[in-house]
Amino acid sequence: MNAMTHPLTHLVNLAKPLNFSQYSEQGGYVGARNALLEYSPEQVLELVKSSELKGRGGAGFPTGMKWSFVPQFDEHDRRAAQNKYLVCNADEMEPGTFKDRLLLEGVPHQLIEAMIIAAYTIGANKAYIFLRGEYFLAAQRLQQAIDEAYQAGWLGKNIQQTNFHLDLYLHTSAGRYICGEETALINALEGKRANPRAKPPFPQVAGLFGKPTIVNNVETLSNLPHILKNGVNWFKELSPGSDAGTKIYGACGRVKTPGLWELPMGATIGQVLNDHAGGLCEGLSLKGLLPGGASTDFLLPEHLDTPMDYDSIAKAGSRLGTGGLIVLDDKNCPVAMVLNLLQFFAQESCGWCTPCRDGTPWAVELLTRIEQGTGTVDDIDSLLKLCDFMWIGKTHCALAPGAVEPLKSALKYFNDDFVEHIEKGCCPYHGGH
Amino acid sequence: MNIVNQVMPHPNNYLTDAELAQIDHEISIMETREAAGIEALKIVQAHRGWISDDSLLAIAHYLQMSSAELEGVATFYNLIYRQPVGKFVIHLCNSVSCHLTGYAEVLAAVKQYLGIEYGQTTQDGLFTLLSNACLGGCDKSPVMMIGSEHYQQLTPDLAIDILEQLKQTAKSHGGDS
Ligand SMILES: Cc1cc2nc3c(=O)[nH]c(=O)nc-3n(C[C@H](O)[C@H](O)[C@H](O)COP(=O)(O)O)c2cc1C
Ligand code: SF4
Repeated sequence: MNAMTHPLTHLVNLAKPLNFSQYSEQGGYVGARNALLEYSPEQVLELVKSSELKGRGGAGFPTGMKWSFVPQFDEHDRRAAQNKYLVCNADEMEPGTFKDRLLLEGVPHQLIEAMIIAAYTIGANKAYIFLRGEYFLAAQRLQQAIDEAYQAGWLGKNIQQTNFHLDLYLHTSAGRYICGEETALINALEGKRANPRAKPPFPQVAGLFGKPTIVNNVETLSNLPHILKNGVNWFKELSPGSDAGTKIYGACGRVKTPGLWELPMGATIGQVLNDHAGGLCEGLSLKGLLPGGASTDFLLPEHLDTPMDYDSIAKAGSRLGTGGLIVLDDKNCPVAMVLNLLQFFAQESCGWCTPCRDGTPWAVELLTRIEQGTGTVDDIDSLLKLCDFMWIGKTHCALAPGAVEPLKSALKYFNDDFVEHIEKGCCPYHGGH
Repeated sequence: MNIVNQVMPHPNNYLTDAELAQIDHEISIMETREAAGIEALKIVQAHRGWISDDSLLAIAHYLQMSSAELEGVATFYNLIYRQPVGKFVIHLCNSVSCHLTGYAEVLAAVKQYLGIEYGQTTQDGLFTLLSNACLGGCDKSPVMMIGSEHYQQLTPDLAIDILEQLKQTAKSHGGDS
């Protein structure tokens, strides 16, 4: 592994992450130094735009474009906001997703360096890391890294003798998936019950405490030091396909070597599953998989050649999401798996809007009936209707459509399994473990 | 803020100086007092094990927000306990990767060993059993969290060994005090 091919993970050390001076000796804080000393914020923004970096939090929105929506006024202009905020979304609670944890626990200084660059670019003097409450080790390591960065003059007033000030704080949450949705996250940070907000206004214009706010994922941000250090062309050439950079892909389920791998963006599903995760465990074969966390559509063995970039996965009928494969083998019941996923969404629904608050538990009930062998063919129809009721545009946020994705695709691809449960009056997979 | 503090009575002398000092620090890094709500709940819970009605009222009072609002925050989160819990709260991950790799067997063994269901506490007050959404240990599933510790690659036997050990430590410590 080297810095030029595995920028995000080459300094990861899970046993003992690099402290400030070790990280600096390995080339750390060079990107931030370049940004602050060589470039104006506008120039950094142009670099990030032309790097074509896209958000790694699930939606794949171009990072530079998102930043460009933050209003920029001369500081004496009365329209200029007194403050702007940068928030790092480290709430990672999407089932089957554990990539941000690697970066948080393994190389915390990289994230801090990245946040300095991002905050400088958008003109924020306050930044928060919103960390899920269960990542205790990450919290400890991040706080230590933040303290070291303050001591080294990389946080606080007049960073590296420039006019730029930045205070960076760690906020730890207390366990609720919806807090990862960026407007719910902002409500959570304000101390409110974390229901999502209506958009517009978008956070870039009116976010935390009503001020312009950028929310970016851990992995998205972690690319910045390397773009600033090695340049835009290097970043684009990392990947042979249509999307720039590398991606931390993952695999879990009953595969031989589950884990995480930083690969060029656009590695195929088959490469991740077979070359890196070692394929399915002995005696099992592939039934299907979710390519990017729980809120993505199932794909099938026939999709193994699909590159894991945003467009190719979309063309195959799913979403890249978080890039973590959740692998379903042929001895695990697909109905039970979908039931498990819907139980998650029903439990984590924030309850704000009716289609999701009522629809997700209803889907759980129908799936439970089918899985236990007491379902009817009408229940399948009802599930399909629910998929429609909970689709994009009918709910207040993207949680419910995210729940529909695995459900609807399972009804399509594994229809025979649903029907078999109903006809046999029991689960044909029972005892699959 | 300081002026308000002087006018407000100390919230029934309920919160300890140690708790107040930690809460004040959290208030100092946020723009509003109520923004420190979740941190304040966690601080008091760390000292007292759970959030009683009295704790909730005292914190709401101190943050100058209504208790209903703070209750809305407290009940939103899985890691804020609004009922008394055991010395060890077991958070067993019930999400998809754990489901695919043997969660059901681990759950059955834990339930049988402790003689309780989800949401209950053992009679000796040692263990509370709760589920948890994906703990982010999907490559080493099944996973559970007890306190700040994550235990991975569980089997039914391993899970019970861990609980057995915790029980032993609690016993030997209990003898000291
Ligand atoms: C229900 C829900 C949960 C989400 N959880 C996360 C999360 O844990 N981490 C994350 O980075 N983005 C999460 N997102 C996406 C965020 O809303 C947001 O798009 C993302 O943080 C933007 O960062 P990016 O542009 O760097 O990708 C979630 C979205 C939804 C609808
Ligand atoms: S879709 Fe679900 S999570 Fe999103 S606002 Fe509606 S109820 Fe809440």
